[in-house]
Amino acid sequence: MTILPLRANAAVDDLIAEFTGGAEVGEGGLTLTAPEIAENGNTVPISVSAPGAASIMVLAAGNPTPPVATFNFGPLAASQDASTRIRLAGTQDVIAVAKMADGSFVRASQTVKVTIGGCGG
Amino acid sequence: MASGVKPRVKVPKKAGAGDAITIKTLISHKMESGQRKDKSGNVIPRSIINRFTCDFNGQNVVDVTLEPAISTNPYIEFESTVPEAGEFKFTWYDDDGDVYETTKKIAIG
Repeated sequence: MTILPLRANAAVDDLIAEFTGGAEVGEGGLTLTAPEIAENGNTVPISVSAPGAASIMVLAAGNPTPPVATFNFGPLAASQDASTRIRLAGTQDVIAVAKMADGSFVRASQTVKVTIGGCGG
Repeated sequence: MASGVKPRVKVPKKAGAGDAITIKTLISHKMESGQRKDKSGNVIPRSIINRFTCDFNGQNVVDVTLEPAISTNPYIEFESTVPEAGEFKFTWYDDDGDVYETTKKIAIG
């Protein structure tokens, strides 16, 4: 098995710029919960929470294709929280960027150590 | 691939008016990422569910864009406000054009 090259972060920066329209990205107000160590990269539970956000984008910086999911919250969403399970190709940073109701952006990231990668290959 | 796709959702049967409830959804789907290769080295084409939406009485709760990095059998959990009795409608959109739908009624009480 070959080791998947961890792509340069340029792709991730581009994706974030696309999401924010180039606006400045702050910190705080967004919580990204992911395990520190994931034994199986095929199914890693994560959750995001950003009270007052309109949408939250999740990226896996070290995956062959970094986008993971984008959550758009409608008028009936009781909270701007969501959980799902994702694939991670290897140890890497998971990044979340939230668009807040006032149009500002915040980001959060967490490093997840992955024992067995989740992208085949 | 449309075979064996089965949506499952967990919604309380009733809630107080204006309450926030947690909804859990799971749909059985292989979510082929388009990154894997078969035995002869050919890339297995991508086949995933690319969008999930939940509406209550026609009003949107969440609209999620899914990418290949979402695990097999996509699981999504979120919270919704229940302003009145009615019906949740859940919709999953497959890459191949299929749309899977399920609904759940909720009462006020």
